[in-house]
Amino acid sequence: MSTGMGPVFDGISHFGLSPEDFLPVVIFGLFAGLRGTAHSRLSLASVALFWFAGGMAAMTGFGLPDLALSSGTAALFMLIGILLAVNAPLPPGLCAGLGAGLGLIRGMADLSGVEQSVAHILSLLGMTASVFCVFAIAASLTIPLKRAWVIIAARVGGSWLAALGLLLAGWILRYGAFIR
Amino acid sequence: MKPNDRSLLAVAAILALLAAALPGDANAHIVKGEAVGFFSGFEHPISGLDHVIAMVAVGLWGAQLGMPAMWLLPVTFPLVMACGGFLGLIGFPLPGSEIAIALSGVCLGGAVLLELRPPLWAAGILVGIFGLFHGYAHGAELPPGQNALLYSLGFVLATGLLHATGIAIGLIHRWQWGRLALRGAGAFVLCGGMFFLWGALL
Repeated sequence: MSTGMGPVFDGISHFGLSPEDFLPVVIFGLFAGLRGTAHSRLSLASVALFWFAGGMAAMTGFGLPDLALSSGTAALFMLIGILLAVNAPLPPGLCAGLGAGLGLIRGMADLSGVEQSVAHILSLLGMTASVFCVFAIAASLTIPLKRAWVIIAARVGGSWLAALGLLLAGWILRYGAFIR
Repeated sequence: MKPNDRSLLAVAAILALLAAALPGDANAHIVKGEAVGFFSGFEHPISGLDHVIAMVAVGLWGAQLGMPAMWLLPVTFPLVMACGGFLGLIGFPLPGSEIAIALSGVCLGGAVLLELRPPLWAAGILVGIFGLFHGYAHGAELPPGQNALLYSLGFVLATGLLHATGIAIGLIHRWQWGRLALRGAGAFVLCGGMFFLWGALL
């Protein structure tokens, strides 16, 4: 995507205009925020770092095939969605691990088939900065939540993401990878 | 500004950003029967009245039952519906789905009309079973297309909004006249379900 404002902004707009990137980061941020500050801090670091690492791996030829990336995305949607819907008491380490998985898969998917160049690395930096900011905002929304209905709304959002993941899994089995 | 107000404002801002982030597919040259994007997915659940009345009825019943059923039933339905959608997509045989969909209108409408108050788990199972059949019918009909994610997103969002509509209507339950009106809405859903059941059985 070209914004005409340089590769960093291209990366930011790519993240903002890709629901497959934006949605799991928001939902995962809400989940980590509901679990507390320790979860949020660890996950914030892991999701952003591994997003960058995944993108770099894809650019240097260590990416995964389209089918694996599509299946991984669908599985992560389901997992993160269900965890938020049931407000699962996950330890901070596991939460950070899940963030690492999300970052790695989505970072690879975003940069798959892209040649390594300074412009693409800057674009990846823009994406990573967006991931960091959006995750931090989403987590900070739920950390101080006291109103029950807002927690319920967040958990309903989680169930919708899980439903989305299930439909994507069915779609992959019927029509093949949705990431190309 | 109070912290709670700030949180609400931030949630609204995130939702607005999310809405703005959804790329709008050009509506020109859409081939009928193709999954082209968000709006074709959004249109799918609301295009069949048999689905609409059942999904609204889930919200009505949830509101009538009160907390926690009010939010638990609308969470259960889309999740199990997606399981049904998955089965439909992979071609798993599930006979009698049209009859079950029509029956969902009859049963859910009847539950609202009679103000039935089963245990939460029983209500969840009933709603889940019907959700499976609704999802199956949608999944079996899902066409190939360009954007699976946006199509599925529209599909899930429309389903959730139908439940939310039911809940919003069901909130009139707090007034005496509202209870009667809600039971009247249940009777309307029941009649609709019977009409569709008649059509499915013929």
